[in-house]
Amino acid sequence: MNFGFSDDQQAIKRTARDFLAARYPLTTVRALAEDDRGFTDEQWQELVELGWPGVIIPEDQGGLGLGAIELVVIAEEMGYALAPSPWFSTTCAALMLVAAGTEEQRERWLEPLAAGEARGTLAVWDEHSGWAPDHSEVEPGPDGALSCVKIAVPDAGSADFVIVSGADGRHFLHNVSDPGITLVAEPGIDPTRKLFRVELDGAAAEPLEYAPDKIARAYAAIVTLLAAENVGAAQRAMEMAVAYAKDRTQFDRPIGSYQAVSHRCAQMLLEVEGARSLSYWAGWALDNEPETGPRAASMAKAYAGDAGFRVAASALQVHGGIGFTYEHDLHFFLKRAHANAHAFGDSRWHRDRVADLAGV
Amino acid sequence: MDLTLSPAEEAFRDELREWLAANHPGREPAGDEAAFQFRLAWQRKLNDAGWTGVSWPKEYGGRGATLVEQAIFNEEVVRARTPSVANVLALAMGGPTVIAHGTEEQRRRYLPPILSGEEIWCQGFSEPGAGSDLASLKTRAVRHGDEWVVTGQKVWTTFAHHAKWCMLVARTDPDAPKHKGLTYFLMDMEQDAVQVRPLRQITGESEFNELFIEEARIPHENIVGAEGDGWAVAITTLMHERATLAFGLQVSVQIALRELIDSAKESRGENGRVATDDPVIRQHLAQLLIESEVLRLNAYRGLSAIMRSGVPGPEGSLGKWHWSEVNQSLTEVAMEIAGPRAMLADDDWSYRFLRARANSIEGGTTEILKNIVAERVLGLPRMR
Repeated sequence: MNFGFSDDQQAIKRTARDFLAARYPLTTVRALAEDDRGFTDEQWQELVELGWPGVIIPEDQGGLGLGAIELVVIAEEMGYALAPSPWFSTTCAALMLVAAGTEEQRERWLEPLAAGEARGTLAVWDEHSGWAPDHSEVEPGPDGALSCVKIAVPDAGSADFVIVSGADGRHFLHNVSDPGITLVAEPGIDPTRKLFRVELDGAAAEPLEYAPDKIARAYAAIVTLLAAENVGAAQRAMEMAVAYAKDRTQFDRPIGSYQAVSHRCAQMLLEVEGARSLSYWAGWALDNEPETGPRAASMAKAYAGDAGFRVAASALQVHGGIGFTYEHDLHFFLKRAHANAHAFGDSRWHRDRVADLAGV
Repeated sequence: MDLTLSPAEEAFRDELREWLAANHPGREPAGDEAAFQFRLAWQRKLNDAGWTGVSWPKEYGGRGATLVEQAIFNEEVVRARTPSVANVLALAMGGPTVIAHGTEEQRRRYLPPILSGEEIWCQGFSEPGAGSDLASLKTRAVRHGDEWVVTGQKVWTTFAHHAKWCMLVARTDPDAPKHKGLTYFLMDMEQDAVQVRPLRQITGESEFNELFIEEARIPHENIVGAEGDGWAVAITTLMHERATLAFGLQVSVQIALRELIDSAKESRGENGRVATDDPVIRQHLAQLLIESEVLRLNAYRGLSAIMRSGVPGPEGSLGKWHWSEVNQSLTEVAMEIAGPRAMLADDDWSYRFLRARANSIEGGTTEILKNIVAERVLGLPRMR
């Protein structure tokens, strides 16, 4: 019984922390947030050199052949640094292809994904069909083409293909270079993750395999990633709040010496640690105890969704007026935590799943 | 990262489970005295089979189990819904204190009768004027030759009416700074100088007591640790206890939650709808499922940390604080599900609901625990 990471996992974590601190200081994060594309080719290449695009791609296709725990480790550090990058969206695409790609799709895309030569993304949200992430009304036409609108698709503008979710758990792959697709950049609350409206009009679409269990596992990994990102973002926000509370004096004493402030910070720690424990457990379960995976992933996403936002909002409160300025970096963490809380199922939706899975 | 048990740990757990299943004593009777005797008999049975003092060294009658095995034990006895043991304070706090800080003679003298239940212990820490600010306590011990003469008052003394020994913290040096002038004694409760008066709780029973101590006598050799070291002795015990206590607490929450879900499936709420179909109730129950999982995972993470560093950290305070909120929330949801029956006192839930109000006070108030987390984990400046 040992909750600690292995030596290899700790090495990944340390490398990630050091690399991201050096290459994504908050001035860089801010600049990328204000930039339309949101990342440079050089920055992407640096991640490729670390092998990160291929974390869960099998070794015989040029990936690292690692698992959900390693994804969690990297995602937490990415959230801590708030590094803008298409790494998350292309990892979603890789997870789906590994789970349910046809042989042809895997042949065509997995090696380029692992090598960072291609990127994919996942389009889940129908424009008009409500908020459940597993509910889409998209169906191909009689000729197999897709005509639909998906909103809030991450990084579609820099992706080579889009995997589109459809009715009854079916998924389809469309090459962005093929005709029938229009991408429109959508303004997002979180400027560190670029969102797009994807309009397909008679667009060619290759079905993925129909593999509901494997696809469910891929979604469980995706929400676990988002939970881990929120852990990192919340941790950073909490550290900012604690540092501020030690430093800022009013009425001749540091504001952190007042219990209203110190108790608020203690509550932040409680929520960050709870979210952390659940995310690590979910990553472990997905790799080692698959029957527990979906429940653990939904628990992690529900709790970390709430905790991410609440901790960042609480940190903003500790900062007083300056926390509310655009110039201070805290709002970026708040916005990411909020966006993550509402992506791939919000906390309410995941709690309902937890109730279902627990037999309530 | 490995959240499974080793084969040895599984064997330990399986052996314990089998024994508990074969030897379960049945339901605890009502009434303070009957319940106490029942728990004493259960402890004797456990002791005869070698299941008391699980992590204590073998030479003192313990089982020499590892930290993980102690955690497994704490989980399993709750999971099997066995009664508490009568000498719970001695087993959880007093004995480990004597093992850590006592002399060899003290260990040989005091540990075996703790295990057998022959000598029950109570805790004499809090006073009417010294609760959260324990170090301000006023009970005074003055040296007279080979013994100490003690006068003062203690409160919230659980099991005082059954106890032979009291873990008493008293002031021995009023001129020293308040944390430095305290000494930890073992006081014989069977003397007229110690008067016990029961205190009734809002739940109706009288587990607690007040102690009135008027020139009680304590032999010098009954000091545990050094004279003047009472604060450190008392605190390290509390920290050690919090880490392993977390395991029993999180399992009892999981069991209570399962019972709540089962009873929710039987209750009709709005418009005759089953409570578990009410979306708001489902959300509450799911949140409780998630938070009880956090309690379990954090207990294991805390244990892994102790195993690495050898020392329990202040993170145990986070666990106790969080547990109290989850347990209170659980009982509040139970009242929501009960509807108008929440006005009645005819079942377990009404007892648990009232009893839970003490969770955020006993063993460290939530306010103090938040201070500990803020100051010792986050490094925020102290208020004073």
